[in-house]
Amino acid sequence: MDAKIVLSLEKITKRYPGVLALNNVSLSFIEGEVHALLGENGAGKSTLIKAVAGAINIDDGIIHVGGQEFQQMTPHISRGMGIEVIYQEFNLVPTMSAAENIFLGDKASDKRLVDYKAMRRKTKEIFDHFKVDIEPNILVRELSPAQKQIVEIAKAVSKDVKILIMDEPSAPLSVSEVEHMFEVVNQLKQNGVTVIYISHRLEEVFRISDRVSVLRDGVYVATKLTKDTNRKELISLMVGRELKETYPPRLHPPGEIALEVKNLTGNGDYDISFAVRQGEILGISGLVGAGRTELAMLLYGAAPIESGEIWVDGKRVRMRSPRDAIQKGLGLLTEDRKNKGLFLEMGVGWNISFPIVRRLSKYGVVNTKTEKEITEHYRQRIDIKTPNMEQRAINLSGGNQQKVVLAKTLAAESEILIFDEPTRGIDVGAKQEIYQLMCDLADNGNAILMISSDMEELLGMSDRIIVLSEGKLAGEVQKEQFSQDYILDLASGIH
Amino acid sequence: MTNSTATFSNMRIRTGTELRKYAPQMILVGLIILFSIISPNFLTSRNIIILIRQVSFAAISAVGVSFVMISGGIDLSIGSQIVMTNIVLAIMMVDWNLPMSVAIPLTLLLGTTLGLINGLLSVTLNVHSLIITLGTASIYKGLGYIFAQSRNIMGFPDAFRWFGQGYIGPIPVPIIIMIVTALIGSFILTKTYFGRYIFALGGNEEAARLAGVNIKRMKVILFTICGFASGITSVLLLSRVFAGQVFTGQGIEFDALTAALLGGFSFKGGEGTIFGLMTGILIIGVLNNAMQLASFPDFSQNVVKGAVLLAAVAFDVYQKSAKAKETVNRVAA
Repeated sequence: MDAKIVLSLEKITKRYPGVLALNNVSLSFIEGEVHALLGENGAGKSTLIKAVAGAINIDDGIIHVGGQEFQQMTPHISRGMGIEVIYQEFNLVPTMSAAENIFLGDKASDKRLVDYKAMRRKTKEIFDHFKVDIEPNILVRELSPAQKQIVEIAKAVSKDVKILIMDEPSAPLSVSEVEHMFEVVNQLKQNGVTVIYISHRLEEVFRISDRVSVLRDGVYVATKLTKDTNRKELISLMVGRELKETYPPRLHPPGEIALEVKNLTGNGDYDISFAVRQGEILGISGLVGAGRTELAMLLYGAAPIESGEIWVDGKRVRMRSPRDAIQKGLGLLTEDRKNKGLFLEMGVGWNISFPIVRRLSKYGVVNTKTEKEITEHYRQRIDIKTPNMEQRAINLSGGNQQKVVLAKTLAAESEILIFDEPTRGIDVGAKQEIYQLMCDLADNGNAILMISSDMEELLGMSDRIIVLSEGKLAGEVQKEQFSQDYILDLASGIH
Repeated sequence: MTNSTATFSNMRIRTGTELRKYAPQMILVGLIILFSIISPNFLTSRNIIILIRQVSFAAISAVGVSFVMISGGIDLSIGSQIVMTNIVLAIMMVDWNLPMSVAIPLTLLLGTTLGLINGLLSVTLNVHSLIITLGTASIYKGLGYIFAQSRNIMGFPDAFRWFGQGYIGPIPVPIIIMIVTALIGSFILTKTYFGRYIFALGGNEEAARLAGVNIKRMKVILFTICGFASGITSVLLLSRVFAGQVFTGQGIEFDALTAALLGGFSFKGGEGTIFGLMTGILIIGVLNNAMQLASFPDFSQNVVKGAVLLAAVAFDVYQKSAKAKETVNRVAA
């Protein structure tokens, strides 16, 4: 290709304690292309972005940008070179207007004071250019996620962006909003902006990108012209093997119905009905924002139910609080380990035993001997790498933190388990152990609901899959019908 | 190379943590050494007992407040609770001639109720307890003034002196009660599941809720405990002052908060030990006592105490940012 290279990474290496997050990664980006970056969780995509944005220091390698070489990026240099990143969590001030956000830290004109008029005018120009109808004076907190994203893009454009990095931009958007975002991205492309597009959704990659690069376990795998590749090839590049994960066989057929949900509505979900049996793993699929976690919170009593019924072991139950749910035999492994799962400042053992610490008490006093035995048991069983049980959870790596959350859920010995993204951020070897563990639990008669964005895992582990789409039940798929395409079609509302 | 760097930085972090962990104790020892050099009367057993008795009243309330603080809340009303319960106890004993065995339990019950009201308000209105207790503080104190009707209530039975002025062996009763309270508080915080729940509340309320902890009930209980502790303080203070005055107890929340912050508590909650709290209390006691020995005027004592409080807050902020720096890389990983 003779196109102009705007950003080139040469042998970038980044180490974290115990992990090689980026291993000699070399990659180039061309002016005016949409370049998709693919990889599984932990493949190194986020680390790569952070290296380019100057948010982290790299251990080795050179970044070529704007005709200059850098051994180390800083946020300041990165900005100066026209690189802007739109992270998944928006970086906007909710109580300021769209225009004020766009020109935050910048002056809209040469006037000494803030020139609100010029600010509004320029904001309007940018919005018009993208053919979006957002009032420049509206407060950002009043905007929808899609509109906020446009404001983020406008902010980048106002700073004369040359390379725009978008990290999972479609995650918070609905299907029609994604279409609109694509139009904006195309506009940018026509203006010569290079867009680095990170997404887990292969359909999007095929829709929007010119080229696609794949990372796996911190290593650069390949770059393909999007039109010359296909879904199957990309998946095998990402996974690096013909789906080598072996999903352990299940020994017993499912038993009685353990949990039944009838017309459940609330927390953004509408009219959802399904049942899960003892010894069964029910997969819950859907795109981000389809209401999967919201459903888990409803079942677990953590969000108010508007209407509908929950039946456990043939009895109708009310879930007014997580406490109710726990007493009825439910356990939840949350997907948001930092905000909902862990006590980051507390020790590993403390975290694992927390849900059962009352049960371990006599006259209110915790039996620390039994506690140690139990926490140690789970540490060994799922191989949590920690120097000792007093180590604060915040000091563990993401994968090990996830294992602590898992251990915590397991220690409670619930009969009905909701696993929300159980293997997020966990390396392949440990995943295997978690799969085995889940199968053991099912074979012991536990009912398991498994929410996962990892399609292979969901197909491999589930006995049955229900698919959610925009808060509604889009379909139920039996094991014989399992296919990634069919489920994705259901999830995106095509069927 | 990476390995050795990692080990080195781990080592630095560990020594750093150890140092910071005992910073309050080192400050206390430093102050004691300083003042015993300056004043020969400072480090005498008589003076030390006076010093500790002086802060023992605030210390008992501080144990109650520390529970609330670890859970992530705050109680600014303890001083005002004492103003009110003090006057009510004085009225019960002097005006109504109730025996101690009735009046004291009723006072403790009243203190507990005031705490309960704080707790109920803070969970039903779902507003930060800082605001709730700022409001109730004004109410409790106001009621105290109304009940007192500008009187200085006197005429208690001599036996009532024992609580605030008496001794068990060489040790004043308030000090004994302080030690017992501190031991019970420490036991609850470190040995019981209830103590873990308190830390959980301050550390990550949502995670605690999802683990089945009844958040609202916990908060109400903690404020109630805090009210009970201040009830005890109130009884001891009235016995010590031996006159029902509206000034008794005012500003005690200031000492309790300063002690907690000096002793390693954080406004965000989730951390703190009774050992640290007691160290903080003793730091205040040492400063008070030394300034009195040096006959500082009252107003300049206020200046010093204010400065110490700010220093404690600054230290807390520094600790937080140092901790944040330590973990930033790991979190990124």
